[in-house]
Amino acid sequence: MRFKIISGSGIILVLAVWAFITYTGMVGSLFLPTPTAVILEARKQIEDGIFFQDIWISFYRILIGFLLATLFALPIGVMMGTSKTWKAFWEPIVGFVRYMPVVAFIPLSILWFGTSDMQKFFIIFFGVFFQQVIMIADNCKTVKKSVVEVGLTLGLNRLEVIKDIVVKAAMPSIWDTLRTVWGWAWTYLVVAELVAATSGLGFRIMQAQRYLSTETIILGILTIGLLGLITDTIFGLLAKMMFPWHEKEKINN
Amino acid sequence: MNEHLLTATNINRIFVSKQRSFTALDNINLTIGNHEFVSLLGPSGCGKSTFLRLVAGLDSASSGSLQMNGSILDKPGRDRGVVFQQYSLLPWLLAWQNVAFALKKEKNMRSAEKKELAYHFLDLVGLKGFEEIYPSQMSGGMQQRVAIARALVIKPPLLLMDEPFGALDAQTRRDMQDLLVTIFKETRSSVLFVTHDVDEAIYLSDRVYIMATNPGRIAKQIDIHLSDDKDWSIQLSEPFINYKKEILMELKQQKKNVHQSK
Repeated sequence: MRFKIISGSGIILVLAVWAFITYTGMVGSLFLPTPTAVILEARKQIEDGIFFQDIWISFYRILIGFLLATLFALPIGVMMGTSKTWKAFWEPIVGFVRYMPVVAFIPLSILWFGTSDMQKFFIIFFGVFFQQVIMIADNCKTVKKSVVEVGLTLGLNRLEVIKDIVVKAAMPSIWDTLRTVWGWAWTYLVVAELVAATSGLGFRIMQAQRYLSTETIILGILTIGLLGLITDTIFGLLAKMMFPWHEKEKINN
Repeated sequence: MNEHLLTATNINRIFVSKQRSFTALDNINLTIGNHEFVSLLGPSGCGKSTFLRLVAGLDSASSGSLQMNGSILDKPGRDRGVVFQQYSLLPWLLAWQNVAFALKKEKNMRSAEKKELAYHFLDLVGLKGFEEIYPSQMSGGMQQRVAIARALVIKPPLLLMDEPFGALDAQTRRDMQDLLVTIFKETRSSVLFVTHDVDEAIYLSDRVYIMATNPGRIAKQIDIHLSDDKDWSIQLSEPFINYKKEILMELKQQKKNVHQSK
């Protein structure tokens, strides 16, 4: 409870500063709109039906891109984390590509996919996949040798040890990896939408710039932050449900 | 004549790195009979755990032969149950699931049957009523009991225990030793037990191999003859004290040798 009050007061402080400098006219409304203007803008967008439409479109893009990346990254990451041969195969590719800034691929992606959803999937996939692979491989590598040996002495073969022990043991940290990378996926999505889109939260922000409608920009940014907060909370709640043993371990330590 | 369950002949284990090689085990010869409790006793670095890992199939000897019931041991198998020093339970499984996990390979056994068996073995190690909790909710002693139940549930002819009570406090340790004496009488498994505790080795074993360091080798073998119906009070008896004297003398002698050779 105490910490809830503390974290609440942090947000209130930021809001208070915002309200103070805008309502007093210290900062012109063109540069930073008042909270009232942003709320009115939100009401307008909701009435026009574009508010939830934008959210849904952006969320849909990120979800598909992220799921596709995870679908491939999970097995490859586990392979890399458990087999030297696979590590030798994947490491140069993954290590090389992951340092390429995904933003630099946007022009190329537009050439390939136009401004379609496919282009957004591609950018998100490209942005998170290689990071996921490296991080998931690391998650698997940190599984204690002793639990692996337990599996071996119980007569499990290599594949069974990986499936029934390594992956299970690494799952909470893999989940944390996904949670972290999900946050990055939001960034890539917005970047992709800022440059080439005809809908979505990033597009709305970009369009608002043209008309100097800063309240739309602020609303868009706040919405993205709020969505991030909500999905992050969901990740956390799911972790508690899926890994009750892990939560208990943390409390004990 | 007592058939030997395990026979180790001229076992060497040399760890080679770029700079130098290190002889962890030098010409180890030992046997374990059926229903025999054998301890490896020695200071840290004498290779006792290395030898146990060889028997478990988690490591391979550089030379020599290791046979169990006439067949060569070169990989882990369900004929040997292992209890490690760190409790090494699977933290995402409940106590009974940890025990039942050992039965994963029993394709013909129904899961209800596995659960029943797991409950039975948890009862055997004194954990009745604690079946449905996670390892993180247990004390070290409880975790080690679950680990023992897990090793026993597959009914292995040979139980390998690597300093299983090393991390426990003195009182829990004594309780666990008594538990092991009881279980050993019931299950009739053979045991290879690694320890650096002299009292523990004498109390539990039929035979103690005293090991020495650098290179790791067997310095002396002592057969222990104590009553089968022993309890802790035997540790105050004269024969027990005499064994203890003999072993401590031997360990002291080794220390002297090391100093002289330096």
